[in-house]
Amino acid sequence: MSSAMARFVVRRLLSMLLVLFAVSVVVFLIFNVLPSGDPAVRMAGKIPTETQVEAIREEWGFDEPLYVQYGTMMKQLFSGEMISYFTRQNVSEEIWKGLPRTLSLAIGAAILWMALAIALGLYSALRAGAFSDRVLTVLALVGISMPVFWIGALMSYYLGYKAGIFPNGGYVEFADSPFEWLWHLVLPWTALSILFIGFYSRVLRSDILETMGEDFVRTARAKGLSERRVLLKHVLRNSLIPIVTLWGLDFGAVIAGGAILTESVFDIQGVGQYAADSIKQLDLPPIMAVTMFGAFFIVVFNAMVDIAYAALDPRIRLEGRPSR
Amino acid sequence: MVFTSRDEAESAGTEFSLDSSEQLAGDPAERAGLGPWRLTGRRLRRDKVAIASGIVFVLLIAACLAAPLWASEVAETTPEENHLSDQVLIDGKPTDVVDMLGKPIGPTWNGHFFLGADGNGRDIMVRLLYGGRNSLVIGLAAALGTIAMGLVLGLLAGYYRGRADSVISWAMDVLWAFPVVLLGVALGTALALGGLDLGPITIQGDSLAIPILIISIAYIPYLARPVRGQTLALREREFVEAARAQGMGSMRVVFTEVLPNVASTLVVFLPLLVANAILLEAALSFLGAGVQPPQASWGTMIAEGVERITSAPHLVIVPGAMLVLSVLSLNIFGEGVRDALDPRARVRIEH
Repeated sequence: MSSAMARFVVRRLLSMLLVLFAVSVVVFLIFNVLPSGDPAVRMAGKIPTETQVEAIREEWGFDEPLYVQYGTMMKQLFSGEMISYFTRQNVSEEIWKGLPRTLSLAIGAAILWMALAIALGLYSALRAGAFSDRVLTVLALVGISMPVFWIGALMSYYLGYKAGIFPNGGYVEFADSPFEWLWHLVLPWTALSILFIGFYSRVLRSDILETMGEDFVRTARAKGLSERRVLLKHVLRNSLIPIVTLWGLDFGAVIAGGAILTESVFDIQGVGQYAADSIKQLDLPPIMAVTMFGAFFIVVFNAMVDIAYAALDPRIRLEGRPSR
Repeated sequence: MVFTSRDEAESAGTEFSLDSSEQLAGDPAERAGLGPWRLTGRRLRRDKVAIASGIVFVLLIAACLAAPLWASEVAETTPEENHLSDQVLIDGKPTDVVDMLGKPIGPTWNGHFFLGADGNGRDIMVRLLYGGRNSLVIGLAAALGTIAMGLVLGLLAGYYRGRADSVISWAMDVLWAFPVVLLGVALGTALALGGLDLGPITIQGDSLAIPILIISIAYIPYLARPVRGQTLALREREFVEAARAQGMGSMRVVFTEVLPNVASTLVVFLPLLVANAILLEAALSFLGAGVQPPQASWGTMIAEGVERITSAPHLVIVPGAMLVLSVLSLNIFGEGVRDALDPRARVRIEH
């Protein structure tokens, strides 16, 4: 690694930390400055007495200055001792419990959408302008226009509840039964993938068509390579770069909370659903922890994409240097 | 959820330029001497599918505007009125609007309960039209809010560079790092409970302004980043330099020289932003953080319907279909606008 590259990586990591810090401050302020109610009053039950509220305020440190409360919260977050205000459960344990579910959903869906998007994008680029290409274009646009929770609910009802082919929501541990695990995830994977299949196949199609007009493709044809080899070795390989980039970013975003709707519709009880449930109770500790967890994934995948680009293309490193 | 990728947004930003008459010379239908906007209009008019989609969307708006008319003249009810103990005539015999088991009637295809009733015995067609008003108002207002804020931030960062750019770009990075739905739901829930009290401005917890504000903030980076990138390039161009050399103030340069040149980006983004804002509103409402009951939106109607999907699937299908129709028509129209503005994309499609 050259020293310019090393400096780029260090700078990228520092800005990552700064962004994460800002995210935590914003979340903290949202719940302490907006008039969403005093957590001590809500924790004290239906008809709280003044002394009860006062006792809770003291016990949980709500009477401390905000910056002290923020400090305590961060310390708890990083030592894994954060406790929910309302369920009194350990927040990191809950996230840890939901993580395999969210990861199962996200990884499976990411593989599914990438594979189908490449197949469909390649097919419609080769048939550009033909009837089948137009049908796929329309389908892709329909796919990106559907809310995931709507199509998820309909799939769950018609294919799960009514036809009885698939289970009607829920999740089974892989260790308990690999087949049941897979069978429970087929619909969620599909529902979550539809949007990305529509989007990626369109991007790939236009990138392939653009690459086909490039000089190096003409050269490859001219030196006598078979059309198949030209397509797979030269065209596809170059056209894949943009959607692989997107893939990294979107995968991070899906883990980070993009799956919150899918998890809720199919009752997967992953990290996203935990966040949704906590938000309904305005339970700050889990909201803070899940948001930081999500922001971490987004920022890390963004940084990985940037660093990979910089490693491949030295110009980016120069552009990234402050111009002042 | 986010539907335009950042890369697409960023590269899009640099591709749309309207001062590219040489690029257009090849097309015989595009005679020399027409302004770029007129050329765009011509190309768009030739795209029948895009025009048809635009018309569909306008018709949807018109239908939702006519909601009170349908409610009072045809359905003879209001969006909030319950008909739990009422009966309607179906095939000549009186039928309960909501039966003993709580199952609401499906579409009657008559004036009353044209698309059936929901679990509270409310007329779905009436709620669909009134809910559509909320969904569309939020979509349009949030998109305009994003454009206004993203434009100002992008122009400031790109034109003044230096410290303003560092601060704005960093703020965009922070906003980018937030899980969008998570941030939206958290903000929406907190605000729905207590409203917002900013000195002279007070917003009630159930106000539509809250989802509008949240959605317009969530999409700012998508617009601010390409605008900043374009402005950075534009400020080095000769015509901007000439304007500065003539002694124009920087504000005037930004508004009269730079702004017209990023306008095409805004036009391309508008329909796509509206489409995504409608989808995000539905997602927020689905999680209880958007439009607050008893007001309806397509998102809240789907959310209410999911609870009863096993007895009355039409409660989910109907509002979702309207939502998909409006978002789809906007997406197709938006693609048409993009192709019409960007000759390179046009060439690509004609392959």
